Amino acid sequence: MITKPLHTKLLYGFILLAALLLPLYVPDPYMFQVVIMSLIFAIAVLAMNLIIGFTGQASLAHAAFFGFGAYGVAIMTKAGISFWLALPAAASISALIGLIIGPPALRTRGSYFAIVTLAFGVIVWIVAGNWVQVTGGHNGIFGIPRPTPIPIPFIGAIEFFDQPAQYYLVLVFLLLTLFIMHRIVYSIFGLTFMAVRNNEPLADAVGINTFTTKLISFVIANFFAGLAGGLYAAIIGAVSPSVAAHLLTFNFLIFLILGGMASLAGPVVGAFAIPILMELLQDLGHFRMLFFGVLLVATIIYFPRGFVGAVRQLNDKIAARRQAKS
Amino acid sequence: MLSVKYLTKNFDGLVAVKELSFDIREGEILAIIGPNGAGKSTVFNLMTGTLAPTSGKVFIHEENITGLKPYQIVKKGVARTFQTTSLFDQLRVIDNMLIAYKWRTRLGFWNTLFHTPAWKSQHDQAARNALETLDFLGLADKALAFIPTLSQEEQKRLAIGIALVCKPKLLLLDEPTGGLIQEETERIALFIKKVRDQGTTVCIIEHKMQMIMGMADRIVVLNYGQKIAEGTPDEIKTNQAVIEAYLGGDVHA
Ligand SMILES: Nc1ncnc2c1ncn2[C@@H]1O[C@H](COP(=O)(O)OP(=O)(O)OP(=O)(O)O)[C@@H](O)[C@H]1O
Ligand SMILES: [Mg+2]
Repeated sequence: MITKPLHTKLLYGFILLAALLLPLYVPDPYMFQVVIMSLIFAIAVLAMNLIIGFTGQASLAHAAFFGFGAYGVAIMTKAGISFWLALPAAASISALIGLIIGPPALRTRGSYFAIVTLAFGVIVWIVAGNWVQVTGGHNGIFGIPRPTPIPIPFIGAIEFFDQPAQYYLVLVFLLLTLFIMHRIVYSIFGLTFMAVRNNEPLADAVGINTFTTKLISFVIANFFAGLAGGLYAAIIGAVSPSVAAHLLTFNFLIFLILGGMASLAGPVVGAFAIPILMELLQDLGHFRMLFFGVLLVATIIYFPRGFVGAVRQLNDKIAARRQAKS
Repeated sequence: MLSVKYLTKNFDGLVAVKELSFDIREGEILAIIGPNGAGKSTVFNLMTGTLAPTSGKVFIHEENITGLKPYQIVKKGVARTFQTTSLFDQLRVIDNMLIAYKWRTRLGFWNTLFHTPAWKSQHDQAARNALETLDFLGLADKALAFIPTLSQEEQKRLAIGIALVCKPKLLLLDEPTGGLIQEETERIALFIKKVRDQGTTVCIIEHKMQMIMGMADRIVVLNYGQKIAEGTPDEIKTNQAVIEAYLGGDVHA
């Protein structure tokens, strides 16, 4: 419905090109791994953005659903099921669990919903650490098979043992997630999410079942959180309770807030830039946390829509000044 | 078309509406008037499911709609506005209209995901409808504007538009001109008449006597949650109970 100006389109084209060529110029395997992780996190943060940024419901169980996806893929692929079946299955299980805990959790509002989902997240984390027969307890699950190779007639097969192949695999899923989020957000269906966030009584009065709307958003978000978790398990090859921990939820939340809520670029920028910044600031040691703490507080106060929001503001100001001149 | 039967609402101790009954007839403009705190807005909230009545029932075309949720009642053809202008103020004017039209479409998740033919036709239809309604509201050139850039009158108009876009049979307006100056009030009054002439029944809460007397077909007067009079504007003007209520006299004396 909103058509982007030409220079924005060019910028996106340039970023896509840079992403496609990344294996050519990435400095070292370690940094490459950071980038791959960032892309996986970007999928999870995009999902979090749907329920928190667009629908206004502060779900703090996000890592739990990431965990369902990760453990799901780990358990299924170790049992011999193809990754290509296990991944959608694990994401669907994650969505289904969202469908089950959503109705009671969404009876609460505002900070109560945040507390309820946080509590659920903590329970999942504890269970992941103690249900040894299924999850391997605190040690987790090792030796998860890499994504099943895709056979291609005459040529052989695409395998996922090296970093570039893993990178492109994750990139494809990120682009798919972005595509779907774009469809949702730029539609009348997506507007109902924003209506619930903006003015719930009015949404109710104009025929929107606000409860169902929140539930749908929650389930979609959890599907993609699970998808990201599943990718993580297969790429890293091991999972432990930390993939379902609330600490990870707060990492996602920080990426989301710094990158920019309620935009599609924000989560990607946040999930990408912050881990890389973390690496670049390695020399600062634990003082990095101080730096990020200050950055976070300043962002929340001065740029509530994060980095992307700030850029947009600047863009609008320049446009307005140009208009005033002509 | 809509009947309110023995409606009562208790707010722990305070009786805001008491044993209230009245009918809204097809095609009319019915006004509900009364002093501050008389219970007018509460009546709307009871009719639209925002509040559950302590006792009593609401019927639309003989169908009992008491206890339905607001989003279900609007689907029965009853749309409303709120006393304090209520809009989706983080979104654009056109988005406000599209949201309010959504329930008439089947623009759900799967249709949206796959951009099915149904999605395309319904999306276009929704957009056309929204633009037509904006045109009718005199806001066509503001379609892409954000809400805070609109004047107060434009915001009031848009609030009515949000209720109108889904083509309700009955429109409930809670003080649509509250806070506006004389000139703006007259424009809105003309507009409301235009809405009625297009076939929408209107029930309006107002304080501005002059406006109501010139506009309403019938008037229901509330005081302390009870109906103290009902009739044409001429009947109401000369009604002793009404005069006393407005002059602050004791109604029951
Ligand atoms: N949710 C509520 N909880 C408790 N009391 C309420 C509530 N809503 C309204 N009241 C009380 O009920 C009475 C009627 O209020 P209502 O808003 O219906 O009056 P009104 O006729 O619309 O007045 P006004 O002309 O000022 O808008 C008031 O005394 C009000 O304080
Ligand atoms: Mg009122």
